[in-house]
Amino acid sequence: MNSGSRDSALLSVEGLRTWFPIRQGLFRRTVGWVQAVTDIDLDVPAGTTVALVGESGCGKTTAGRSILRLEQVQAGRIVFDGVDLCALSPAELLPYRRQMQIVFQDPMASLNPRMRIRDTIAEGMRSFGIGATNAERTQRVAHLLERVQLDPMQMWRYPHEFSGGQRQRICIARALAVDPRLIVCDEAVSALDVSIQAQILNLLADLQDELGLAYLFITHDLGVVRYLADRVAVMYLGQIVESGPTEQIFSSPQHPYTQALLAAVPSADPGRRSGAPPVSGDVPSPSSPPPGCRFHTRCPHVTERCRREMPQPVSLDDRVIRCFLASPGGGAAEGAGQGGENP
Amino acid sequence: MESWVVSNVVVALIVVGVAGLAWFGLRDRMWSQALGELWCRRRYSVLVIAFYVAVALLDSISWVGGMEAQSDTVARYKAQSILDRLFADTRERSYSAPFADREFYGGAALQRPGSHVLGTDIIGRDVFYLSLKGARVALLIGGLTSLIAIPLALLFGVSAGYFGGRTDDLVFFVMSTLASMPGLLLLIALIMVMGKSTLAVCLALAVTSWVGFCRVSRGETLKLRELEYVCAARALGVSELRIIFRHVLPNLMHLVIITGVLMFSGLVLSEVVLSWLGIGVDGSWGQMIDQARNELSREPIIWWNISAAGSALFGVILAVNFVGDAVRDILDPQTLRQGE
Repeated sequence: MNSGSRDSALLSVEGLRTWFPIRQGLFRRTVGWVQAVTDIDLDVPAGTTVALVGESGCGKTTAGRSILRLEQVQAGRIVFDGVDLCALSPAELLPYRRQMQIVFQDPMASLNPRMRIRDTIAEGMRSFGIGATNAERTQRVAHLLERVQLDPMQMWRYPHEFSGGQRQRICIARALAVDPRLIVCDEAVSALDVSIQAQILNLLADLQDELGLAYLFITHDLGVVRYLADRVAVMYLGQIVESGPTEQIFSSPQHPYTQALLAAVPSADPGRRSGAPPVSGDVPSPSSPPPGCRFHTRCPHVTERCRREMPQPVSLDDRVIRCFLASPGGGAAEGAGQGGENP
Repeated sequence: MESWVVSNVVVALIVVGVAGLAWFGLRDRMWSQALGELWCRRRYSVLVIAFYVAVALLDSISWVGGMEAQSDTVARYKAQSILDRLFADTRERSYSAPFADREFYGGAALQRPGSHVLGTDIIGRDVFYLSLKGARVALLIGGLTSLIAIPLALLFGVSAGYFGGRTDDLVFFVMSTLASMPGLLLLIALIMVMGKSTLAVCLALAVTSWVGFCRVSRGETLKLRELEYVCAARALGVSELRIIFRHVLPNLMHLVIITGVLMFSGLVLSEVVLSWLGIGVDGSWGQMIDQARNELSREPIIWWNISAAGSALFGVILAVNFVGDAVRDILDPQTLRQGE
């Protein structure tokens, strides 16, 4: 990470580690750890979109929830606006909660079925004392619904009366209700139809322009990333293996995993199939990650060193790569790429 | 305070409470739909239950006086309920008012059904009257016990599920301890300790019956706690207590109602077992059955005592189970989701 971006970053995560204990036996002794997130570094500058990508189970959702302190963090610093959130007590954290909000993946599970939309959106205002009276809050809810392009008259309805896309708009309105500066979008459009996805993404982009929001966009959909993100961080098995500006990552991926991930994106043009070797096998269990580089069990360019040593993040221009093959000058892994047996 | 005053106050509270719940329920679309559905599916069961409730209420509103014409001195100075008054008779100690003008031997034991609609029992009491009186006791046992057991189970279950950790361990320890004791022996012991009163029986039944629902509500809370709307509320800085009351409890309500209805019938039946053991509540159907048991061996057989109490019991249990079944179908989240 270069220090220039760090100073201006709204959110900067350093060495974040979220491990879940595996307890067994009569006295709930900890016998192991699910290493969901291990030592990740991430910067989100104000007003920009950073995408966190990776396959299912790589810990990207846990990372997002840890940043909001919704999970118990083991180690590391989450610096928001110059303040380390991990050092704060729950009461001290409260003012910062207002500045960071989250939009979840499943629009069905993210709204309480027993609460009217108005109450759902007004809940955050109530806890942060926004709006002195109920009438004022109702007015603000109407305003917010308009902003996410919903009819304000619908605020007295229940969630089951809305479609998936509408619910996601409601979730966005709920997040906006407390004037946040950062919104973590946890697979926010993955559960929606493609046409609805586009609408929501446009809405998010408009809101960013208007309000200067920063997004941490957690997704596995690289098309969305390319459309929306300024920077990309690629996660594998709890670690960030590569991060950098979106265009650079897409045009010249350095880490073998990033290459494989991009190669796996289905292309409409059969002639444009990438020559990068596809990755075979499954992700190892996060409760017993392999020694050395975590990707070595599936890496096509694996060497003896990868099996023994864990590569440390290496800065390369504006990018950070966690691979021995990455070197200044770039593309060390690229040359080794052979056509796989599996097109 | 006299017990009859308490009883009147409780009746007033119940009427106000039911009216309030009905008002709230009909205003909320989900609940009013559920109520409409219930009426469509189980009209007769609901009517049967309403009849039992009406009888119980008539037997619960009572006052002293107005019985000066009675030959029975006890009736003159003790509080008499509306039901007692309906069956009071000036000429002799038969309670069956419609047949009061007949000339027959008052208070004769073990009379066949006839001048007394359902005959009389071994000490000459009218069986029809006793069966009606039993409704109040049955509803009291079922209702009061559910009212004690369900909030208790919710308190422990929700806090165990929501807070986890030490609280969970503690609640689980208490639950396992209770579950490992023979229920009937614990019941007998508790009633022996607390004395034989309606409240004591209800408390004892509550202590032995809350564990099942506690386990269910703990599990459901564990599930709800991880849901995204609870996380969103946490991210919005909503306090834990408010999350429990706004997000967890309302989504447990369907379970509360289903469990309450099904628990009710089980409790009424277990009172019968207690009566058979001689620690039941006075005036219950269980006690009637227990007393009538001895008469079954007579020749000719005395069948009306036991069949009256048994039918009354059977009627309410069947109706409640029918309603409970329908409620479970109606409030099941799976079917709710289909409605969405």
